[in-house]
Amino acid sequence: MKLLRIMLAFGMFSCLAAGQALAVDVRAAVFRIDYPALAPISRYDLVPEDMGFAGAQLAQEDNATTGAFLGHTYELETVAVAPEDADAAFDALLAGGQNLIIVMARQDDLLRLADRAGDGVLILNATAHDTALRDDQCRANLLHVAPSRAMLADAVAQFAMWKKWPKWFLISGSNPDDKLLADAYRTSARKFGAKIVEEREFEDTGGSRRTDTGHVLVQKQIPVFTQDARDHDVVIAADESDVFAPYLPFHLWTPRPTMGSAGLRPVTFHAAHEAWGATQFQRRFEALTGRYMREEDYQVWLALRVIGEAVTRTSTNEVATLRNYVLSDQFELAAFKGVAVTFRAWNGQMRQPILLYDGRITVSVSPQDGYLHQRSPLDSLGLDLPESACTAFD
Amino acid sequence: MHRLILTTALVAAIATPALANKVFVTNEKGNTVSVIDSDTWEVIKEFDAGHRPRGITISPDGKLLYVAASDDDQVKVFDTDTYEELYSLPSGPDPELFVLHPSGNPIYIANEDDNLVTVTDTESHTVLAEIPVGVEPEGMGISPNAEWVVNTSETTNMAHFISTADYKIKHNVLVDQRPRYAQFSDDGTLLFVTSEIGGTVSVMDIAADGTPTMKKKIGFELPGVLPEWLQPVGLRVTADDKWAFVALGPANRVAVIDVEQLEVVKYIITGQRVWQLAFTPDEKYLITTNGNSNDVTVIDVADHEAIKSIQVGQQPWGVVVSPE
Repeated sequence: MKLLRIMLAFGMFSCLAAGQALAVDVRAAVFRIDYPALAPISRYDLVPEDMGFAGAQLAQEDNATTGAFLGHTYELETVAVAPEDADAAFDALLAGGQNLIIVMARQDDLLRLADRAGDGVLILNATAHDTALRDDQCRANLLHVAPSRAMLADAVAQFAMWKKWPKWFLISGSNPDDKLLADAYRTSARKFGAKIVEEREFEDTGGSRRTDTGHVLVQKQIPVFTQDARDHDVVIAADESDVFAPYLPFHLWTPRPTMGSAGLRPVTFHAAHEAWGATQFQRRFEALTGRYMREEDYQVWLALRVIGEAVTRTSTNEVATLRNYVLSDQFELAAFKGVAVTFRAWNGQMRQPILLYDGRITVSVSPQDGYLHQRSPLDSLGLDLPESACTAFD
Repeated sequence: MHRLILTTALVAAIATPALANKVFVTNEKGNTVSVIDSDTWEVIKEFDAGHRPRGITISPDGKLLYVAASDDDQVKVFDTDTYEELYSLPSGPDPELFVLHPSGNPIYIANEDDNLVTVTDTESHTVLAEIPVGVEPEGMGISPNAEWVVNTSETTNMAHFISTADYKIKHNVLVDQRPRYAQFSDDGTLLFVTSEIGGTVSVMDIAADGTPTMKKKIGFELPGVLPEWLQPVGLRVTADDKWAFVALGPANRVAVIDVEQLEVVKYIITGQRVWQLAFTPDEKYLITTNGNSNDVTVIDVADHEAIKSIQVGQQPWGVVVSPE
């Protein structure tokens, strides 16, 4: 029998429960600043050129498919720039009328761009983890899909406490971001009743990440570096700079599990995650892009899906309406993590479960059982309303 | 020849005693189907059913068992007496749920990876049509008059109304996050769509010409259970259209809805991660699959009480009961 492929035509959007569907054209941009960086310790962490943009491509397809039933069209622009060209390129985006912009940049650049954009533009932060952006440095036009360092550290802390591993040996790097991450772990320890019994700093002395002899020197250095620590249950690594954390598991003086920047890591997503229907999402991504999904791809996908979902439900491309809807109690979005993701109305942070990943599988997901909260268990991760100094959303 | 027929009939009579029905349960992780006798409630067989069997249904004459072997990208067809695999149907990748035309032909299959509903002829084993739908098609329901197939798309969050006459989508209705299952009432005037992440059941009035109108969204609330875990998945309505039963996933409960009032009247405790549901043909019993406790719960439909649990294979997913 002949195979019929029935193509969908626009105008097929009759009879929507929400009422009369109207044509809406949605434009969004992904703006990525590419910072100079050393090669990663592991080749698995090499950064693909389409990092983030690949996630954007999938979200664009998902939004367009849904939009086809509603008369909504989606257009995507992606920009990658060097830090010194960022302002000019961003201004060009604004001049071109873009007012829904996903930004992949560090805190200082992100804040400067958000301030340049002003009120009529909605920025979604896809990658910056700085807790300050959700605290006293928050901006009314800036929402955060990326979790804060506080959320990531809390996710690890809850698992440690669930395992009854309250005595922590904290090893942190010497760069500013490492120190901020170490601070997040100190705060989490206080919040959940863990005790940091030993702290050491692993100094970044520069040099290349890779050598021909590989592990030989590491195998001697790390045991020495970690010997004579007070009795501890777990080692917590705070190494955003990727200088030493991957060396810790198996080279510790005292055999203990490692969590944080190595061992069991808190992530928004990873390419082996299969629960809650994620397999089909992974397969769509791989078929489209020819590679595995990274956290950055997931976060950019999620940011664009936030916009798509808000457009679907409100039938508008108006920035103020979309922002209000996203921050309202009506907004919810399925994100392959078992519960709906929503936004904290007090600082624009997305609530989301954090996966605990060992490099191959999802080991656990935080929040852990038993961490309750009057609003949502997800609010046991990161800055809660009374803790946040953010006033831009009042 | 005569003797052969007689022997076959005799064997068949012994294999399937009168009154008892066979309950078929797919075990997603165990790669098997468990067969339960609905008279004794004993597991009488467990047979291999391909990789990652999930959706399951049976032909109107009770002879053919259709199993979506998701990791094999096939719908496998088994003999319900011998449990032998007869053949497989082309389904497109990663089939999960499907629905049979009341006549037994064709079968409508949701293909999650490709945003398609595939219509496959169960006799000629050919694909009749592929219908583009929203992102991640999942739930499949068919109206009692067989004029409409309703597909739910999990990421687009719509119920798509496909006319079985020309395979065109005539209506799209937005529902809450991650719609999993679509089920018409027996008289065809209501459609129920469960939203797993949204935590609601959307109930639509269906006009004589098939036009849907949103009537009510039913939410769930249960002391001591986190609202996030009240995740509706499978749903069944009794033939008298009085009661709807909704599996609530990780809440480990089946909710009973009074269809006239559209209110939840009871929550029945089941095994863990209750997923799909099936009635026995007399509707005395409802069987639930419980993925995280590796068992099924038998519910007395009239009493709204769980009466029994039966251990099956690893991670039971779907269930179907042979007709009378």
